[in-house]
Amino acid sequence: MKRAAIKPSIPDRSEDPRVKVSLTVNGQPVMRTVSVRMLLSDFLRHELGLTGTHVGCEHGVCGCCTVHIDGKAGRSCLTLAVQANGCKIRTIEDVAAEDGALHPVQQAFKECHALQCGFCTPGMVMNVLSRFEEREALDLTESGIRDILSGNLCRCTGYINIIAAVRRAAELLGRA
Amino acid sequence: MKPPLFRYEAPRTLRDAVAVLASDPDAMVLAGGQSLVPAMNFRVATPSLLVDIQHVEGLKGIAVEGDTIVIKAMTRHRELELHPEVRRANPLIAETMQHVAHVPIRNRGTVVGSLCHADPSAEMPLLFVLLDGALVATGPAGTRHIPAADFFQSFLTTARHQDEIVVEARLPVLPAGAGYAFDEVTRRHGDFALVGIGCVVSLDGNGRAQNVRLAACGISDRPVRLKAAETALTGSLLATNDLAAAARASADAVTQADDMNTSMSYRRRVLSGLLQRLVPIAAGRARGGYRQ
Repeated sequence: MKRAAIKPSIPDRSEDPRVKVSLTVNGQPVMRTVSVRMLLSDFLRHELGLTGTHVGCEHGVCGCCTVHIDGKAGRSCLTLAVQANGCKIRTIEDVAAEDGALHPVQQAFKECHALQCGFCTPGMVMNVLSRFEEREALDLTESGIRDILSGNLCRCTGYINIIAAVRRAAELLGRA
Repeated sequence: MKPPLFRYEAPRTLRDAVAVLASDPDAMVLAGGQSLVPAMNFRVATPSLLVDIQHVEGLKGIAVEGDTIVIKAMTRHRELELHPEVRRANPLIAETMQHVAHVPIRNRGTVVGSLCHADPSAEMPLLFVLLDGALVATGPAGTRHIPAADFFQSFLTTARHQDEIVVEARLPVLPAGAGYAFDEVTRRHGDFALVGIGCVVSLDGNGRAQNVRLAACGISDRPVRLKAAETALTGSLLATNDLAAAARASADAVTQADDMNTSMSYRRRVLSGLLQRLVPIAAGRARGGYRQ
């Protein structure tokens, strides 16, 4: 294999085809021109500076990048920014109140010590929140909660306290 | 873990979408992206052009028309799973869909996209083979119906031509009085099945099995009907030895070689166990009558 030569200067602009996207993020209209291959997760973090959405595996397994796309939880790493054109996106930054008061789901995670390093927590919260906001009846038995959480990996806690937090969130939201 | 470069088109009409797709032999259709985008992130799939069909008119929605459930191309898994009319018309669909990945994936991924991806371990292709579903594909040469039995040809390979868009998929409603069941074995909750199996069965007045349908995924390069087991069970009272005979008859259907997930012999044992557990559940529902 030929050794790579030192380049005179690294291009500071991508030569990718670019596309204009306009969407609503956390209630605010946003318009940007981005590469067609930019993932929604990278769009939120790098273009908008909303770094609460975490990027773990980038192939849909870990759930850390979960956001709401038109009101439903979805993987932002499995969605191109251009696919979200015209959509309403909600991220973890929009969940607590303006004054910082925690949402009941966040409060429940805090009370139950449902996080250690916290890396998976934004995805967990967005996923759980989406299920509470759905009209469907929720199975809040242990196996039902494990099913709700099955798309989110946590490598610290062993899940016991996260399951407790979902149960506590149901109480706080009057859904228990 | 970022997708390779591609061009992107988001046509508004089916005619434009087909024309764009046909203009480039390396173009691929993008619907929900829950199989294609990870494949692109891994750089297993490297399409030169993505034709995003989410804005194409007429590709949304579900309709129950007589004995047929029509699922348009942009219908997300979760829409079908929760559709009240579909739940009444064919409760096997929702039961099977509980096993398709996780809710956030089902919120985005489309039913037709899963069929076109044709993973041999996936649940939805199995469901279409089990129930004799069909697909409707539109290309430059016109529109054609493809029975599910002919659609799935091999690993990630279907009868869809590169320049065709599958515009809808069709499933029959469950026959009156038929019992049904689906189950699978996975390494982790929400994974693709090591082995998955679906069953539909009716009982005659003497409790003998009729119209037995069995299909499995994860055991071959495509979802397969277990015809030898169906024959073994038809006309029987589904006694323990009938089920054991059917399980033995299904062993040859497992052709998937040992792979990184498990061995062929383990898949045979799982298929046998699932079959013997599942058929009585389906029969019990047939006796109970799933809709009064």
